Amino acid sequence: MKTSGYAAGSLLTVADLPVAEIAAILAATDRIERMSDADRARMLAGRRIALLFYESSTRTRTSFELAAKSLGAITTLVSDKSSSIEKGESLKDTGLTLRALGAECIILRHPNSGAPYLLAKATGLPVLNAGDGMHEHPSQALLDLRTILARVPGVNAGRIDAKTLAGVTVVITGDILHSRVARSNAMLLPKLGARVLLCGPRELLPEDALGLGSAGNTGSVAIERDFDTALRRAQVVMMLRIQRERLAGLELDIGDYIARYQLNEERLAACAPNAVVMHPGPMIRGMEIAGEVADGPNSAIEEQVRHGLAVRTALLVRALGVGGFESVTV
Amino acid sequence: MSDVLILNGRLADPASGVDVERDVLLQDGRVAAVERPGGLAGAKAKETIDASGMIVAPGLVDVHVHLREPGQTYKESIATGTAAAAAGGFTSVVAMPNTVPVNDSVAGLEWMLDAARGACVKLFAMPAATFGSMGEEITDFHELAQAGAVGFTDDGKPVLHERVMRRALVAAAGIGVPVSQHAEDTRLTGGCSMNAGPVAFRLGLRGMTVEAEARIVERDIRLLRDIERQDGLRPHLHVQHVSTAKAMSLIREAKAAGLHVTCEVAPHHFTLTDEAVGDYDTNAKMNPPLRAEVDRMAMIAGLMDGTVDCIATDHAPHALFEKEQEFERAPNGITGLETALGLALRVLHKGQGMTVSRVVELMSAQPAGIVSLEGRGTLKVGSFGDVVVFDPAAEWRFEAKRSRSKSRNTPFDGAGMVGKVMATICEGRVVYRG
Repeated sequence: MKTSGYAAGSLLTVADLPVAEIAAILAATDRIERMSDADRARMLAGRRIALLFYESSTRTRTSFELAAKSLGAITTLVSDKSSSIEKGESLKDTGLTLRALGAECIILRHPNSGAPYLLAKATGLPVLNAGDGMHEHPSQALLDLRTILARVPGVNAGRIDAKTLAGVTVVITGDILHSRVARSNAMLLPKLGARVLLCGPRELLPEDALGLGSAGNTGSVAIERDFDTALRRAQVVMMLRIQRERLAGLELDIGDYIARYQLNEERLAACAPNAVVMHPGPMIRGMEIAGEVADGPNSAIEEQVRHGLAVRTALLVRALGVGGFESVTV
Repeated sequence: MSDVLILNGRLADPASGVDVERDVLLQDGRVAAVERPGGLAGAKAKETIDASGMIVAPGLVDVHVHLREPGQTYKESIATGTAAAAAGGFTSVVAMPNTVPVNDSVAGLEWMLDAARGACVKLFAMPAATFGSMGEEITDFHELAQAGAVGFTDDGKPVLHERVMRRALVAAAGIGVPVSQHAEDTRLTGGCSMNAGPVAFRLGLRGMTVEAEARIVERDIRLLRDIERQDGLRPHLHVQHVSTAKAMSLIREAKAAGLHVTCEVAPHHFTLTDEAVGDYDTNAKMNPPLRAEVDRMAMIAGLMDGTVDCIATDHAPHALFEKEQEFERAPNGITGLETALGLALRVLHKGQGMTVSRVVELMSAQPAGIVSLEGRGTLKVGSFGDVVVFDPAAEWRFEAKRSRSKSRNTPFDGAGMVGKVMATICEGRVVYRG
């Protein structure tokens, strides 16, 4: 997928992100995290960032907003429920309006796959994809990567290259079909050598998902339908919510699904006692994940949220071309 | 004095088996004479075209266009759409009925075909097969056929109910016109915006499956067989814009079994695959969608082996603001009249070795035959003076901004074309000069 024609500093997809760029984002995250609050608040002092949200969000919106504020930026939130979007204003016109009001970067969450491309093309501004339909959630994949680097034993987080995650198997289980988190992770982690095992029933995980793999990657993408088999190979297991709002007539036997795919204490102890447990949220306790596991010692779920805040500071700095990314933006 | 004299060209008239140098004289809207080079030396005409190095062929016929009039003239009008047709070498086009209101009445059909609409090439129409194209009650085929209908279709939508489709096929068989079917089982394609497969999965878009097309083709073929056996009629099914290998093989089998099935393929389906959607390019969104490479190759195979009866554009103009939307919200369809010949010659002639004469046949004589256009699709003496003169070797790039259409929604902006139209003549009138 080409990204030429979009403003530098945009993050629309992880698919075309080179390993060196991933390394630069992670390095910037570390640098910003180590700064004093006062120094950090000077990085984007007075810069204007718009958050444009057409879908509800807790983690992503709050962490982008807090990240922007910690960098000293001025933020404004526009949501579809309380704006002229309700009156039928198009995404293009909404973007042009935000640009006319001085926005230098737009963070977009949208229910339609590909909407960030349209916005980036229409405005010429750097656009950060904060989740588009069933397509991608790039900042989530980057924060997941940072969590994995911090938690999985034996991984050298100081050296980010095509072999950093060699030998690491990440199992992603659940509603892969509707998950932008799964797509972004399955396209990002194999760039660093990880083996991604997708797990779920056929209705939620069609064979077409294998197309997420890329011949150019050191890692790989494969499907394993049996959760226990997948878990036995896992250093990391990511659980996904069933997206009822996107099921579109698909009927699932929930009891059967829980029996086969819920991550509970017994299953974790039997198959992957040392695996790091992750969940992008929102999680439905008792459905895809048992409460005990979510709160248990293997869980990295709250750490993911903290990494999210950190990674998003780096993405904002990159979008606006400061803090080591001066050469990225013109 | 005669109307138009076309000298020194190579006449490609597959219907009369001619593919040699011939001079052509048009008079009173008809072909008056076809002679060996120099044979018309004494003739005088108002207009003389030197066709040295050019192909002189029957004007192209497109059995599938959307001209948007009445009701959506911000996208296209009969005048602008037929101007685009003329620029593409077409002298006859068949307008689909999904206008606003739907063309389902004699009054609507007559209004559309009225000279006051300003068509610059010959306009034909297929009215709706069912009232309002709602798929429930068939329209008055007899009345509409008398008013000029060349077939019936609910294009854009399939005739989903089996008993309604059966009734339509039976009624059309009595008149001798085709029922033209948009083969899509819409019960399987809700919320879908491109072809199902790895590309759609990666882009997070719901995909239309091969089965959704094949199931309707399969059912309609079964209906043909049943009607032949039970009613003693010979209905004609025309399958519009075939896009999948599976539907193509079903049509191939039905033809081998002797059923009266014809089909069309659109240039985009033999030129592009679903990879062309790229970064959610809404100009690569149409229905049926661009498919996988295996399907594209099956379209070419069908064109090469004769399973495909004609090339049709499915010219479907949309305004810029409509296409500048989220991919899933943007309307289906692309323009096609000005790129059809250039793509057919590039992909089929230059790419696959199909003769120019055969390309001409797939775009003139054969589509004219499907809708029984008397005296068109051929340049035999006495037929209509519908001619396209084109340079088969010219290579050029299509520029959407120079289009005669009101709309610019094409994935072929800047794309390479082979074969350039130098003149289009409709019933003896020069309607385009390249």
